[in-house]
Amino acid sequence: MTEHKDTLLRMEHITKSFSGVKVLEDVFFDLKAGEVHVLAGENGAGKTTLIKILAGVHTDFEGEIRLNGQPTLFKNPHDAAESGISSIHQEMSLIKAMTVVDNIFLGREQTRGNVWMDYRTQKEKAQELLAQLGIDANLSLTVEEYPVSVRQMIEIAKALAYDARIIIMDEPTSALNELEVKRLFQIIQDLKQKKCGIIYISHRLEEIYEISDRISVLRDGKHIGTAKADDLSPQELIQWMVGRKINQQFPERKLFTGKERLKVENLYLPDPIGSKEWVVEDVSFSLKAGEILGIAGLQGSGKSELFHGLFGTYGKSVDGTVHLDGNPFKIHSPIQSIKHGLVLLTNDRKGTGLVLPMNIIRNISLSSIKAYSPAGWIQIQKEKNTAQDHIVAFGIKAQSMHQEVETLSGGNQQKVVLAKWLETHPKVLLLDEPTLGVDVGAKHDIYTLMNQWTKQGMAILLITSELPELLAMSDRIMVMHRGRITAELTKAEATQEKIIHAAMGDEKTA
Amino acid sequence: MKTKQKVQDRKDQQRNWLRSPLLRAFAALVLVFLIGIMFNADGAFFKWNTHRDMLRHISVFAILACGMTLVIIAAGIDLSVGSLLGLTAVLFSLFTLQKAWSPWLALPACLVIGAALGAASGRLIGRFKIQPFIATLAMMVFARGMAKWVSGGQKISTAVLQPDGTYQYVDVPPIFDFINSKVLNENLAVVTLILFACVLICWVILTKLRWGRYIYAIGGNEEAARLSGIPVIRTKLLTYGLCGFFCAIAGICQAAQELQGDPEAGMTYELTAIAIVVIGGTNLMGGRGGIGLTFIGAMTIGYLEKILSINAVGEASRLMLTGAIIIGAVLFQKTRR
Repeated sequence: MTEHKDTLLRMEHITKSFSGVKVLEDVFFDLKAGEVHVLAGENGAGKTTLIKILAGVHTDFEGEIRLNGQPTLFKNPHDAAESGISSIHQEMSLIKAMTVVDNIFLGREQTRGNVWMDYRTQKEKAQELLAQLGIDANLSLTVEEYPVSVRQMIEIAKALAYDARIIIMDEPTSALNELEVKRLFQIIQDLKQKKCGIIYISHRLEEIYEISDRISVLRDGKHIGTAKADDLSPQELIQWMVGRKINQQFPERKLFTGKERLKVENLYLPDPIGSKEWVVEDVSFSLKAGEILGIAGLQGSGKSELFHGLFGTYGKSVDGTVHLDGNPFKIHSPIQSIKHGLVLLTNDRKGTGLVLPMNIIRNISLSSIKAYSPAGWIQIQKEKNTAQDHIVAFGIKAQSMHQEVETLSGGNQQKVVLAKWLETHPKVLLLDEPTLGVDVGAKHDIYTLMNQWTKQGMAILLITSELPELLAMSDRIMVMHRGRITAELTKAEATQEKIIHAAMGDEKTA
Repeated sequence: MKTKQKVQDRKDQQRNWLRSPLLRAFAALVLVFLIGIMFNADGAFFKWNTHRDMLRHISVFAILACGMTLVIIAAGIDLSVGSLLGLTAVLFSLFTLQKAWSPWLALPACLVIGAALGAASGRLIGRFKIQPFIATLAMMVFARGMAKWVSGGQKISTAVLQPDGTYQYVDVPPIFDFINSKVLNENLAVVTLILFACVLICWVILTKLRWGRYIYAIGGNEEAARLSGIPVIRTKLLTYGLCGFFCAIAGICQAAQELQGDPEAGMTYELTAIAIVVIGGTNLMGGRGGIGLTFIGAMTIGYLEKILSINAVGEASRLMLTGAIIIGAVLFQKTRR
C-alpha cells in the first residue's frame, strides 16, 4: 500500500490483549487530513481500546502507529497530546469543582518561567476558543454550574486548546440536543477546513451518515471493513456491525390498548435545586394499558424531572392528582412507587441505575429483594434462578452471573437495569433514554422487549432524544417546552419538524 | 433474542482466582507468618501460647473492626468507636463495681447505650445528611466527654470511695473473671471466642440477610440504591447502631481485661480498627469487601506486633516497622485497575 501524503495517521496490525483475552486482533485504521472517519461497532467491539491505544492510555500492544509517516510510540497520554492527538471522552474528563478556564488548560497550564501561572494568557486564549465555538460561558464559574450540554462544548474547547491535528470524538452528541448537535457539526466542518482529521464514534445511524466521509467497522476486535460513507448502505453497515441481518432498525409495533393505567392531572413540580420556579407546570395526560406515550423536548424542558417527580425522587414536593389503575396515587417516595407498580429507568445508568461493584444477580434482584427474603434471610438459590431466567430472556452477554456489572458493556448494563425493574412486576414503566449508549443489536432487543411488555398490558412513558426512535416506538407523542406541554400528536400526524417546532416553544402546532 | 446462551454460574476460575481479595489478604497473612517462622525468637513462635496471646491481644481491636467493616462497606466511616469503647468500659465498671448491679442488668444496659449512640450517629448521617466523617468525629468528642463526666475523670476500679472518705476494695465480680479467663485447657481466651461470635454475626448479616445486601448497595451507589427502593436512611441507622453495639462489647471486654473502667481507654483505637479493615482489603470507597477480610487483616496486624514483641524490638522501631509493613501489605494487595 502506498502512503497518501494527506495521511495523518496509520495504525497497522494492532493487537491487544487483556489478561490473555484478545480484544483487538490485527486491526488497521487510517486517517486523512480533513476527513471525518467514523469508527463504528457494537459495544465491546474494541473501539474504545483502539482509541485508548492511540491516545497513549494503553502502551503495551502489538503493531505500529505511524504519525505523518513516522513510526511513533507514545509512553503516556501526555505524550500523545503533545503529538497533536486530542480526545473528547464519553465519560467527561472535566473536573467539576474547577473553573471553565482551569479545565480548558488542565494539564498544559500556561506559565511564565514554567512555574508561575499565567492567568491572563489563559483567560484570553480561552475567551477566543469559546467565542470560536459560539459558547456563552463565564470563564471563572465552575464547570458544575453548567448543564451537561455546555460541559460537552467546554470539553471540545479543551481539545482545541491543544492545537490538535487529530481529534477523537467518542459519542460527543449523547448529551446534546438537536440545536447543539447542529452547532457541533458546524464546528466539525470548520475543523475539516483546517485540515484536522476527526475520528468519530457514534451509535446513531443518521448522525453517522450526516457527518462521515469514511466508515470503519470493528466487530469482536477485528477490522471488518472500511468504506466511503456514500458506498455503504445503512443495511450493510448494520450487518457489518452486528454480524447478522437486521431487516428493519425498529421492529414492527402493533397497538394494543386496554383500560386507563395512569392518569395525571395538573402536575406541578418546584425546582428541586431550590429556586422558586416550576420545572414542571400544569402537566396532564392519560396513559392506557399497552400504550407507549413518547415525550419529546429539549434539554431543560422538564421531561426527565417529570419522570422523577412522578416516581417520587423528590418526595412529596410534587403537586397534582395522579390515578393509577383508577385508584388515587399519592406520590411519596421511590419505595412507594415501586410497590404500586410505577418504576423509573433513569437516563444515567452508571450514576443512578446500577450498583457498579455488585454482580449481575444482585443488581437484578435489587428492587425485588424482599420477594427472596421473606424473613430478612435471602434465599440465594431462588435469587440466582430468577437472575438466570432474566439473563436468558434479555440475552445478557456475560462471562458469569457473578461478574460485576461495572465490567459489562453499555447495552448489557441497560438490560440488567431493565431486568431489575421487570422483576418488580411494574404496571407503568417510565423509560428515560433507554437506548442511550446502547449498540445497534441491543437497541433492537430493547425495542422488541418494549413491544412484548406493552402486549402484556404494561404502559410505557418514553423519553428519547433520538427522533426516529421516538416516532417509531410511540403510539402518541407529547412535546414539552419549559415544563409545559406544547403539543400532543398522534402517531399519524407526528413528524420530526412538528416535534422540533413544539419543542422550541412554538405552540401553533398544538 | 432467540439465541439461548447460558451464562455460567461459576466464579470465573483463573482470573478471579488471582484477583480475589480474600486470597490476597490471605497471602499477606501467610507472608507475615513466614516472617514469624524466620524470626521465631528461639522457638517462641512455635508455641501455641504465643498464638493464643496474639488472638487475645487483638480481640478488642478486631471486635471494633467488625462494626467498622459494615460501616465502611456502606461507604461510611466511624471515628467514634474508640470513645464509645471508653464510655462503655467506664459504664460497665461503674454499674458492676460501684453500683454492684447484676451483670444481667449491666451487660444489656451497656449494649443498649452503645447501640443507641451509634444509631444517633447513623441518624445524623442518614436523615440529616451530615458527612460520616464529621458526624462520627462529633460523636467521638461527645462520647469521650460523657465517659469523663460519668467517671468524674477517675478510673473506675475495685477501690470504691466510701462515705467516710476512705477507699474500700470490692471483690472482682465473677463476670470480669469469666471474660478474662481462658477455656479449652487454657488454650483460647474468652474474648477471642467473643470475637469469633462477632465475626459470625457480621458474616451472617453481610452474606445471608437482606440488610447486608442493602449495606453493599448503599456503599456501591447510594443514589441508585435509593431509586431502587432501598430504605437508605433506616439501613444507615441500623448499621451505625450495630457498630455502636460492637463498641459496647469491646468496651466490656476491655473493662474486664483491665479490671477497671478508664475514661481514657480506647484512644486512637478507631485508627487501629480502620487499619485492620483496610489491611484486610475492604475498599474505603465502599461497596466492596467482607468480614472474612477483616478477620484476616486483624490476624495480620496481630502477628506483626507479636513477632516484633517476642523479638524484643523496642517500641520506637516497632511503630516504624508497623507503619512500613501496613503500607507494604496494602500495596501487596492492590490489584484493581
